Amino acid sequence: MAAVKTHVRTTLNGEATEYLCEPNQSLLEVLRDVLFLTGTKEGCNDGNCGACTVNMDGRIVDSCLVLGVEAEGSDILTIEGVATPEGLHPIQQAFLENAALQCGICTPGFIVASKALLEKEPNPSEARVRHWLAGNLCRCTGYDKIVKAVVDAANTMGGKK
Amino acid sequence: MTTVDKKKYKVIGTSPIRHDGADKVTGRAVYGIDYHMPGMLWGKILRSPHAHAKIKSIDASKALALPGVHAVVTGKDMAVAADIEVEAGETSLNYMHLSDNVMARDKALYKGHAVAAVAADTQHIAEEALALIDVDYEVLTPVLNGREGMKADVPLIHPDQTTKVMAFRFDPGTDTGEKSNVAGRSQLKLGDIDAGFKEADFIVEREFTTSWVHQGYIEAQNATAHWNNDDNITVWNSSQGTFNQRQLMAEILKHPVSQIKMVPLEIGGGFGGKIPVYLEVPAAMLSKKTGHPVKMTMTRTEVFEGTGPASAAQMKAKVGATKDGRITAAYAELVFEAGAFPGSAVGAGAQGMFTAYNIENILIDGYDVVVNKPKSAAYRSPGTPQACFPAEAVIDELAELVGMDPLDFRIKNAAKEGDRRADGVQHPEMGNLECMEALKASDHYKSDLGGPNRGRGVASGYWGNAGMPASCSIAINADGTVSLAEGSPDIGGSRTSIAMMCAEAFGIAAEDVHPSIKDTDSIGYNGLTAGSSTTLRNGWAVFEVTNQAIELIKARAARLWETEPENVDFADGVFFSKAEKELKLTFKEMAGKLMETGGPISVAASVAPRGAGPSFTTHMVDVEVDPETGKVDILRYTAAQDVGTMIHHDYVEGQVQGGTAQGIGWALNEEYFYDDKGQMLNSSYLDYRVPTMLDLPMLDTILVEHPNPDHPFGVRGVAEISVVPPLGALANAIYAAVGVRMRDLPMAPHKIVKALQEKNGKTK
Amino acid sequence: MATVWIPTPYRDLVGGVETVVVAGSTVRQITRNLDTAYPGFWERLVDDETDRIRPGIAVVINGVVIGTALYEPVGENDEVHYLPAIAGGQS
Repeated sequence: MAAVKTHVRTTLNGEATEYLCEPNQSLLEVLRDVLFLTGTKEGCNDGNCGACTVNMDGRIVDSCLVLGVEAEGSDILTIEGVATPEGLHPIQQAFLENAALQCGICTPGFIVASKALLEKEPNPSEARVRHWLAGNLCRCTGYDKIVKAVVDAANTMGGKK
Repeated sequence: MTTVDKKKYKVIGTSPIRHDGADKVTGRAVYGIDYHMPGMLWGKILRSPHAHAKIKSIDASKALALPGVHAVVTGKDMAVAADIEVEAGETSLNYMHLSDNVMARDKALYKGHAVAAVAADTQHIAEEALALIDVDYEVLTPVLNGREGMKADVPLIHPDQTTKVMAFRFDPGTDTGEKSNVAGRSQLKLGDIDAGFKEADFIVEREFTTSWVHQGYIEAQNATAHWNNDDNITVWNSSQGTFNQRQLMAEILKHPVSQIKMVPLEIGGGFGGKIPVYLEVPAAMLSKKTGHPVKMTMTRTEVFEGTGPASAAQMKAKVGATKDGRITAAYAELVFEAGAFPGSAVGAGAQGMFTAYNIENILIDGYDVVVNKPKSAAYRSPGTPQACFPAEAVIDELAELVGMDPLDFRIKNAAKEGDRRADGVQHPEMGNLECMEALKASDHYKSDLGGPNRGRGVASGYWGNAGMPASCSIAINADGTVSLAEGSPDIGGSRTSIAMMCAEAFGIAAEDVHPSIKDTDSIGYNGLTAGSSTTLRNGWAVFEVTNQAIELIKARAARLWETEPENVDFADGVFFSKAEKELKLTFKEMAGKLMETGGPISVAASVAPRGAGPSFTTHMVDVEVDPETGKVDILRYTAAQDVGTMIHHDYVEGQVQGGTAQGIGWALNEEYFYDDKGQMLNSSYLDYRVPTMLDLPMLDTILVEHPNPDHPFGVRGVAEISVVPPLGALANAIYAAVGVRMRDLPMAPHKIVKALQEKNGKTK
Repeated sequence: MATVWIPTPYRDLVGGVETVVVAGSTVRQITRNLDTAYPGFWERLVDDETDRIRPGIAVVINGVVIGTALYEPVGENDEVHYLPAIAGGQS
């Protein structure tokens, strides 16, 4: 039976966003099924694939492991907030130019996670990229081109500074 | 590197940004799991907790009484589908088995087998309702291993099933009349193996096993269905073939195929696993019962336990060679666990296992055995990774006995054009030897391993590739761009490769073609996105439509130039008058003149291409094995593959890398753990553990371009074969590193430690 | 006359040989004539109800898979195989 819903206020992709959710709904469920922001993907719903990665108050989380009610007062970035009206983010561009996606279902999670890395560490080594993104599964690419895309984006972003 | 004289192309062979790229990096692309409709209900499946049990009764009254629950359906609500076998593109299928797999009627045949489905206002209510459905089971003893299942005194999963000796899956064959879990026996025989083995100076015979593995696509199975009041059914899902699924739906629901529309949404990986139907059927049944659209998605555990992984196999291989390194005979016995219903990929395994080599005497016995595990489905080169593993391991041992470098041994025995495969077919033109020689010439081959406990392994592989029909249509826009409608779901970038061939034909840029994937009501028949056939067959379709369009435009140019169409020609994107050189217009310019010369032009075509052209590959891997822990680190990996003419360079390479990564997972750590009751113990990503970024190095490729002579653009399937060699290559590399031959997959650390302990015990 | 490769499990029908030579200028004629000489082949290879090669079987002529095309022309020195139809599982 449906439970009483809680009123939650967040900042989502830079905009004040309110929603109602049940106590057993995950943030992932809220994003996808309440707010219809389906760019954040569900791959396993138990925190093991990283497809649902979002940035919550400056750190990346598996949104399937966060309750919707826990997001009260949080600042959340999803894949929908990564590009701007001016264009794609350099990481998004690098994923396209390096053919770093095949089916693309894992791509939003990889991009959100990579963005958090490059904001903390502008010039990560290949090993560091592999370590940081080890929680994001991709079954299509063998990761080779994803690693190259992230390193490539780091170079582009560094070059802009 | 590239080989063979290749046509000069402007678009083909480059790597433009994919047309669906912006949608996919911004989260806007709508996948099957993302679909949503107003008034939609959520469906969930109740699954058998037992691997083998009679369903005595199902009582859903308590579930139906739960507020928010709209309907429950069970297997008894389904019509009994016809007990006939049909061609399904991928393999043949038996509709009744497929229907019984979608939802059990009388018996649950594996843990995770669907027994009922519920529709409710929310997912959570649906889940709650599942717990309120009472199923009375009579638990039976499960059969959990192929070789065990072949024995006479084990329970029969299908009590009326008799063993058939078959040349093909599901042919009437010769019914032995013996009741057995062995659904089928088949054989491939070439030449005389007794004579071949007599000729041999060295013979190696070994036994091998592989475990069940899953395709591991990140997007779970899903379906949203609406059964309208006019009995038209629409299904939105992610599948590897809308037309095939439409047919399957029609047969299971006993509904006219013309009243079913399959809408392909973006698909988050498939690798063979999204060919069959699962949720589509109960979603449609629940929609009919409730009048609402019903959406269903699987959890990851349901994906592992309730879809179609790749068969485990128990195998023997025996190969003989002369002192000078010529393979004289090969024998194999392949026992494949089909899962709950007949139909493993054992036949494909038999056809592929020795096929990279020229061997005159071959005998392969194949057994298709039902066990109480999920019904196996296709997984990237179905059957072939399993079967090539023993072949490559035994051939490696022979090379050592003969005293030859393992790559030289393969080069000496490589199959060439005109040589016969085990099934007697002569090889067409292909690049098998070129791959091996390219690897031998590589920096990797010449490099030093540089340390102890390190070793290098090589292995080859074969996959036949498929053809299958395709249809596409184009509309030429006034600005010189082209709208291209396709009907093959795009999983790995195929819409761009198909658009590139269209662009090449018209002499325009890839970006000037706008491809989209249409539903079954909006485009002609398309085969499966499977068998590495999508780019190949749609390339043929594009070749047809562009040629037809060019002829139509020639007539328009003739009208402009007040001449006859035969006086107009087209080359390099330019229409020109044969007589008057100054009369010429580009494709784009002509596109702007269509309205004034007779109106718009659009063309549709359907093709059924032949001459798919086989794939060959050889891989080389360097590993370091930690003798204390048994952990295998991959230091360097190179895959050399004949890819025909590359259309999109980066996405071809991506297919090679992706399949290699899956093969590495298969070899080193992926497996279904079962307890003795048939319960899968590791049905989560955490415990099943596909390779992560940390497990893999960069995956180097050598893309040998030996164009397919039977394709207008030289396309050869590229997507599957790379999963084949890693199993053997890694086993051979581990042997080279630490001296143990690993013959049971996966080659997990604890097994390597045990093997090392046994070896050291013996040598001490 | 075309050379027909006999699937291994059916070789008992032809006395154990790998190949037999059969007259005919289409797959249909070849299969008919094969059945006339060695009874049993037609039923195994062709579904009379649909007048098609049985599902799961691919006819191969000179190494080229032509699928279930019963009316496909066969040339004088062609090689005909009846093989299991196999596709795959691309990503």
